[in-house]
Amino acid sequence: MSNQEKLLEIKNLKQHFKVGKGTVKAVDGLTFDIYKGETFGLVGESGCGKSTTGRTIIRLYNATDGEVIFNGEDVHGKKSAKELKKFNRKMQMIFQDPYASLNPRMTVSDIIAEGIDIHGLASSKKARMDKVHELLETVGLNKEHANRYPHEFSGGQRQRIGIARALAVDPEFIIADEPISALDVSIQAQVVNLMKKLQREKGLTYLFIAHDLSMVKYISDRIGVMYRGEIVELAESEELYRNPLHPYTQSLLSAIPLPDPEYERSRKRKIYDPEKHLSENGEKRVLREVTEGHWIACTEEEFNKFNVTV
Amino acid sequence: MEKILEVNDLHVSFDTFAGEVKAVRGVNFHLNKGETLAIVGESGSGKSVTSKAVMGLIPNPPGRIKQGEIKFGDRNLAQLPEKEMQKIRGSEISMIFQDPMTSLNPTMTIGKQIMEGLIKHQNMNKSEAKERAIELLKLVGIPNAEGRVTEYPHQFSGGMRQRVVIAIALACNPRVLIADEPTTALDVTIQAQILELLNDLQEKMGTSIIFITHDLGVVANIADRVAVMYAGKIVETGTVDEIFYNPQHPYTWGLLGSMPSLDSTDEELIAIPGSPPDLLDPPKGDAFAPRNPYAMQIDTEMEPPLFKVSDTHYAATWLLHEKAPKVEPPAAIKKRMQGMAPDEPIIGAKDGGKHV
Repeated sequence: MSNQEKLLEIKNLKQHFKVGKGTVKAVDGLTFDIYKGETFGLVGESGCGKSTTGRTIIRLYNATDGEVIFNGEDVHGKKSAKELKKFNRKMQMIFQDPYASLNPRMTVSDIIAEGIDIHGLASSKKARMDKVHELLETVGLNKEHANRYPHEFSGGQRQRIGIARALAVDPEFIIADEPISALDVSIQAQVVNLMKKLQREKGLTYLFIAHDLSMVKYISDRIGVMYRGEIVELAESEELYRNPLHPYTQSLLSAIPLPDPEYERSRKRKIYDPEKHLSENGEKRVLREVTEGHWIACTEEEFNKFNVTV
Repeated sequence: MEKILEVNDLHVSFDTFAGEVKAVRGVNFHLNKGETLAIVGESGSGKSVTSKAVMGLIPNPPGRIKQGEIKFGDRNLAQLPEKEMQKIRGSEISMIFQDPMTSLNPTMTIGKQIMEGLIKHQNMNKSEAKERAIELLKLVGIPNAEGRVTEYPHQFSGGMRQRVVIAIALACNPRVLIADEPTTALDVTIQAQILELLNDLQEKMGTSIIFITHDLGVVANIADRVAVMYAGKIVETGTVDEIFYNPQHPYTWGLLGSMPSLDSTDEELIAIPGSPPDLLDPPKGDAFAPRNPYAMQIDTEMEPPLFKVSDTHYAATWLLHEKAPKVEPPAAIKKRMQGMAPDEPIIGAKDGGKHV
């Protein structure tokens, strides 16, 4: 994995919000890389900062501190409008709520073609329409849908429209912020299969943000577990599930109910208590690589122990 | 076993400008004393409407119970006048709603909200009710109950709010508790806590629970019996083991196939193609037929009756007819029917639940 090309490097990313007199440290010092062509899953409970991370990476928020380097260029660095436009084309987002993320007063073709228009990707009206039709077919809808309005579609279909819109400008990298949590189980599988298929065909890279761990495990190559604005563990998804080291990751994994009654009858939940998990001398835990590709937030002493046992 | 609630041939419709939406189309089920019945289905399958009909909460107009009976003891709730229903609602049958953020009144202290039912249904005076409210808060695991009883909902986290909602629902020792997606809005660790709490309370109080959800993992955790709903009907019902290890209806297969198992990465999820039918104009025959790869000619013409698989297990699919060709579920789903737990137990699940 490590010799793969890095598409995105996130270095010490911070996003603090001023609230009244205090500050909320929503994202507090994230460092990770996303490789070309992979799916990076970001999981954690609500309020842990995973959505804020996604939004800061794509520059919906200006970062408080840190760098986001995309293809060797700093996203948050000073940019002319023209440069910004070029960058926007490379990075797109799919949102959680397919009901709120599509403008109800625009037709599907205008929603999908908005990016095409802004970036001037179609030479004629016909070329624009052809592109829209092609995109609709790519995501499993058909041509006739182009002139309809969002309210005429079901949740799953709307999410397909959202995906088509993201694809319209031929991005390299897509941030999917809980793209399936608002959908029914049977429809979730459709959308996930579609995203996987598109990744294979177009060589896309995904940042997949979700709280549903079983789906994240299924779609991701590597997973970062976030807790209170920090990544506490990062590993290849198989490794993370087989060998979770951080007590918070362990508690998350042991809380997932599986569709298997006998397993459920014997499942014991592990409880994570941050108070009990304070390091002795107040040493701050930092992310260290325990085995190749498996990072965990730990103290120096814990790190040495891991090295013995692993 | 004693049947505490029995729903027979329930039909619920809503009148809209476009016509009559037949949300529930002939539902039959019963609830035994002390058990948990899970009703599973996608949005629009009629699971919430069914539970609201039991609670007498179908807004009329536009909704109405067209047909059928809801037997609770010797009363038929489908025809009970509102006055009578008010006596049952919240005292004998109570409900937990999905979103703890909106189901509490933000302008009332949580103590007042718990006391409301106690004063109305159990003729308690204020101080008795307050004492009981504190007891209830302790029961549902809220620390420092004496101090928190005078706080407002916004001072509680999502999981704690859902505990308050459960305390309200349990205030009058109801015989039936209807939980409509009580954990869907919660994080997985909080969800686990709430499920443990409900299991625990049921053991202590012997309440019968109707648990509505679309999450099969949650069903496996909490249910004794399961009813799978599709397009306003129950298409398969059985004990939790029967539904997960020996499902008969292609829709149930589809639901199991749509869930990723923690063990596999490369196999495709088996999505159910298409989307649920429009209940303004329900299709003739089996409503699932257009999405069913095993559909036969008869599925488009005649609705399948419930075929008996065992004394407790029934499924409405023509595949169970003696003249139907023998159909096996796809291999990947068969594998899931052997259990979806990983081979090696996840940390924390000691003696892990893998069965042979």
